[in-house]
Amino acid sequence: MDGRAEGTGQPELRVVGHAQRKVDAVAKVTGATRFADDLVLPRMLFCKLLRSPHPHARIAGIDTTKAAALDGVKAVITGEALPIPFGILPVSQDEHALAPCRVRFVGDPVAAVAALTEEIATEALDLIDVAYEVLPAIDDPADAIADSDPLIHDYGDRGNLHKLINLEFGDVDEAIAHADHVRDDVFFYAGSTHLAMEQHAALAEWSPSGKLTLWSSTQTPHYVHRALARVLELSPSRIRVIATPNGGGFGGKSDPFSHEIVVAKVAMLTGRPTKCTLTREEVFYCHRGRHPVLMAVRTGVSRDGRIKGMHFRTLLDGGGYGSYGVASAYYTGALQTVTYEVERYHFQGARAFTNKPPCGPKRGHGTPQPRFALEVQLDKLAHDLKLDPAEIRLRHLAPAGSVTANYLKIGSMGLGACINKVVAASDWKRRYGKLPLGHGIGIACSSYLSGAGLPIYWNHLPHSGVQLKCDRGGGVTVFCGSTEIGQGSDSILAYIVAEVLGVAVDDIAVVTADTDLTPVDLGSYSSRVTLMSGNAALQAAERARDIIARRTAAKLEVPVDRLVFADQRVFDADDPETGMSFAEAVQVAEARDGTIGTVGSYTPPRSPGRYRGAGVGPSPAYSYSAAVAEVEVDPETGIITVPKIWIGHDVGRSINPATVMGQVEGSVYMGLGEALMEEMVYRGNRNVVHKIPSLLEYKSPTTLEMCDVETYLIEDPDPNGPYGAKEVGQGPLLPVPPAVANAVYDAVGVRVDEVPITPEKVRRALKEKEKGREPRYGPASFPDIPWPEPTIVPPPREGGDGRAIAGRKEAKFMAPATADTVSTAHPERQH
Amino acid sequence: MNRTARITFELNGEATAVTFAPHKTLLEVLREDLGLTGTKHGCELGECGMCAVLLNGEPVLSCLVLGLACDGHRVETVEGMAGPELHPLQVTFADLGAAQCGYCTPGFLLTAEALLRRKPRPTRDEIKEALAGNLCRCTGYLKIYEAVELAAARMRGEDAEPAEETVYGR
Amino acid sequence: MLRLPSFTYLQPRTLRQALRMKEDAGPSGMYVAGGTDLYPNMKRRHQEPQTVIALNGIRALRKKTATGRKGGTAEGRYVVPAGLTLTQIAEHRRLRKTYPAVARGAELISTPLLRNMGTIGGNLCLDTRCNYYNQSYEWRKAIDFCMKKDGAICWVAPSSPRCWAVQSSDLAPVMVALDAELLLIGPKGERIVPAARFYHNDGIEYLTKHPDEILTEIRLPLADGWDATYWKLRRRGAFDFPVLGVSAWIQWDGERVAAARIVLGAVGSYPQVIGEAADAVIDTQLDDEAIARAADAAFRPSKPMDNTDFGLAWRKEMTRAYVKGALRELRDRRPRG
Repeated sequence: MDGRAEGTGQPELRVVGHAQRKVDAVAKVTGATRFADDLVLPRMLFCKLLRSPHPHARIAGIDTTKAAALDGVKAVITGEALPIPFGILPVSQDEHALAPCRVRFVGDPVAAVAALTEEIATEALDLIDVAYEVLPAIDDPADAIADSDPLIHDYGDRGNLHKLINLEFGDVDEAIAHADHVRDDVFFYAGSTHLAMEQHAALAEWSPSGKLTLWSSTQTPHYVHRALARVLELSPSRIRVIATPNGGGFGGKSDPFSHEIVVAKVAMLTGRPTKCTLTREEVFYCHRGRHPVLMAVRTGVSRDGRIKGMHFRTLLDGGGYGSYGVASAYYTGALQTVTYEVERYHFQGARAFTNKPPCGPKRGHGTPQPRFALEVQLDKLAHDLKLDPAEIRLRHLAPAGSVTANYLKIGSMGLGACINKVVAASDWKRRYGKLPLGHGIGIACSSYLSGAGLPIYWNHLPHSGVQLKCDRGGGVTVFCGSTEIGQGSDSILAYIVAEVLGVAVDDIAVVTADTDLTPVDLGSYSSRVTLMSGNAALQAAERARDIIARRTAAKLEVPVDRLVFADQRVFDADDPETGMSFAEAVQVAEARDGTIGTVGSYTPPRSPGRYRGAGVGPSPAYSYSAAVAEVEVDPETGIITVPKIWIGHDVGRSINPATVMGQVEGSVYMGLGEALMEEMVYRGNRNVVHKIPSLLEYKSPTTLEMCDVETYLIEDPDPNGPYGAKEVGQGPLLPVPPAVANAVYDAVGVRVDEVPITPEKVRRALKEKEKGREPRYGPASFPDIPWPEPTIVPPPREGGDGRAIAGRKEAKFMAPATADTVSTAHPERQH
Repeated sequence: MNRTARITFELNGEATAVTFAPHKTLLEVLREDLGLTGTKHGCELGECGMCAVLLNGEPVLSCLVLGLACDGHRVETVEGMAGPELHPLQVTFADLGAAQCGYCTPGFLLTAEALLRRKPRPTRDEIKEALAGNLCRCTGYLKIYEAVELAAARMRGEDAEPAEETVYGR
Repeated sequence: MLRLPSFTYLQPRTLRQALRMKEDAGPSGMYVAGGTDLYPNMKRRHQEPQTVIALNGIRALRKKTATGRKGGTAEGRYVVPAGLTLTQIAEHRRLRKTYPAVARGAELISTPLLRNMGTIGGNLCLDTRCNYYNQSYEWRKAIDFCMKKDGAICWVAPSSPRCWAVQSSDLAPVMVALDAELLLIGPKGERIVPAARFYHNDGIEYLTKHPDEILTEIRLPLADGWDATYWKLRRRGAFDFPVLGVSAWIQWDGERVAAARIVLGAVGSYPQVIGEAADAVIDTQLDDEAIARAADAAFRPSKPMDNTDFGLAWRKEMTRAYVKGALRELRDRRPRG
């Protein structure tokens, strides 16, 4: 690992590829990092939110008189004060900071109190009288399909179905009819939450000059900026949003939240800084976590396991609001095609509103659920066909550089290498299917985006921007809107700039996530930051290098293309003695050109998909992972332990291998939690309360449950990534739950077709086995859903151009409008 | 609410007097009345380990210790770990990436420090047991174990470096 | 931040002071030992004392363990002061050697951090738990409260006149199995209560201890050819309360079981002594058949309710496996002779 870009003729990399401390590591280990709740301003008020005790109700009236009269209370506000709705997606502006007339889940905020102390604010909450007219509640998405009365929202595709999707890439029914073997399986993936250790907090300050400042533990300061401007009716230029370092995010701090808007409003009303820190229970109500998804998968394969056609149906339990849900629903159908070739593909997805805290994006956003289904079904297919589960995967890998049936453009593709590594390391060939009862190993693979190809709101602007300033003392400051959530995004900026300019990482100051100071970056979500802000930083740094090089070359009388920036110097590659310090070089350039500052920005390439719905799934680059899990299952109790997981991850290139390792291990941890124990549970028969909104009863694995992890980093540089880098923050979570499920089958011969895979479910499946019934625990069926007419897009291999073709399905396949359409779309149908 | 309490205690090696509302926990007194925000909170119910500090040398949950109960006692927080140089545990946590978001880190550092005072050469299982009351959602704990082992070796005077696969993979 | 309400905190130095303070405070006064049970309950407003009397400054509760004096009420017993922390119990050399069930029970409680604070006495007096009760005030309000606090109904069994909160102490079933005695000191003097009579089968009135009494000592029987163990079922290896506990005690007579006690924890409001399970192994050599009979006997009356982690059917089913496991462990380490 000397950092040399082998065989590329590129100079040796001095920073990229080397394991090192993150730029904020010392602050974090000394307790010096200031998280949102650590901030205190003079005369600060403490704010608490009153939340609904009903899952579904109309608000008939709110009396705040008694609360307002309590000594020490400075403000009490209700929905009337914040009438403008908001929401992360333009198509789902369905939230209010405080519910004006309707509450949709237990925990929905209704009123807010700001007081001199948190104790007084808490006391005042109980003095607010809210008159509710209770409405029937829906706690099951299956009921949402049938029940349109009452409607949870007055928008959506059909009744209480928020979103309905029907996308067909080639005639899947026909492919399945001609397949050698077909499987129908139903799976369920339970909802889980991010459980970042830091509880959300926000602090607002209002200046009588008309300027609002908000500090918040948010992953998306730019979107919070937009939401504040909208709801508070202020010009964005009068709002400054500063994202404090997040004490963990995992997607849970990616929406604009009630408490952020409320503290801003209270600060404006009182003229006093106002802070709100959520309790752990309130964090469970903010949620936006993993959607529970019921899935039906029908797959037809050839004898050697090639996927001829796949029909994938999903039903998402969305909770009470839209959040990212439309995107989440599309994501449950998007990435099935980028790992193994799927010749024809039909995706139907539905997201239901229910009276529970809203679901949204959690690490892997919408893709771990279908990945679980696909990988477990592939394991079953391998059994049916008597193929090795590793082999069936290796045989049908989606080729690098190809375009999938649903028009995703694959770049570099290191999945084969990932599989080979974990198969060899786990001694798969000798152990799979041959371990004694109670011991098993299982394999699964996955892929994830390195950033979404499209922004959340429609625009043609860059997704990430960087400004760079070179100081005449040799220091460099990088400004970027990206948000540090522990993943190392601040460090990535410093490493890349240090690499280009040949300075030390410690010479670089990083200023991030401040809408007054930093150019827009869309936020820390969809694993976009290393690739997008990294490319922006690379461009800004190269521009600065070019300016400095031009002036330095003239001064040194050396051709500009011979100059090397390294070791805090700028020098002649052929005669390293001829050169000057980087600081001197900056001064030379500054003397001629004035202050040295540059900008860089990044916009993802356009995706080949042109159909409605093609916006979800495209990415500049896809990461790949393969995992083998080893499990021990006690047949008497059903208790599962996971001693070890081997994981290979194709990261393109590691900018800092140490942080890449941390992301892989952390992803395995979170995947293990979802595989074995994490679950959001509600008491449907008891007012749909969250059963376990606490760190004690929501089960996050401790040191004693975490497995050993052996990590293999596959570096297959992607042309779209900075130095070839792809994502690592989310992808390695995805293969873990299906690998564990497949290993449980290898250990005790039963299928648990849902997560979490609890000992209770294992025992139930074992009992089925003992009774001679199907040795399985899982959902029995998928409900009938009134799908809309499909959008029909012929896949590339059948001559499609990425556009939908008009007309009804029958028209499409049987009686085409023109012979031309059919001949390009379905060449195999020409007789 | 108008009542106040006052205690004197040893905080990070210094005699300290502080006045606060008498129902406050040590966690609240440290963060709010002494400005030591390095000690974090994740639940305030003893269910996560974020708020671990050392009380008379033993790691405890400061969210469940009353400030008043600390009168005359000895308290150590993350702010007291480093002098001009980092503590060896802080060095290894920083170098190996044992701190990702850093929110649980103070609690882990103090719990690990107490372990190493008691057991300079802990086994991996002893480390897991000692840290079983501290949750971390970022790291999967593995880098934390490795950081504790590396710091322990260095604190024993050994010339130890991390294994290459720890930070580079295989 | 979830905060404590305002209250008066008193720090007596002696038991006598503590008792007087409690008398002065009346029913709104409560004792606190480690605080790991009471303070979370106070933060969620299900216990609301106006006065909290801390026991951790009382030396008598933290003295050394010792064999009871001849002629005293503790003669023939090994005395463990109630104020020792769970860490001290778990690491105590004599307890680990002679009373491994006690040390084991203690080291399985919650987390190392909590065990540094919580005491053995506090654990034995642990408030019963229920996932309709161990919730915030706002949460409980959303279900209109329950009879254990602020409400009228038991949500676990809505037609039941009583509260079904679960005795979740790990050490309670161990003490019952060992036939420990508990020394209580109250305004009217001392009294000794056998562990089995310390607990009531009621989620609200779960202790026979009067609120103004202080549990000061746990008196264990001296080693005399008996052995005991404790098995705990829970989701994770740390933090979690038991969803089932099994404590088994065997009096050996050579290779033969002369007497036995099998006690289930965490499946009811009190530690449940299963006499039929004990009967099934008496006069046997703890062969597999006897163990299976005992497991069956324990399975039948094991009736967990839906108010902890895991489903009740599996918890009940696990009674068999855990009784078997505990008895096999005792058989496997039977003194050979």
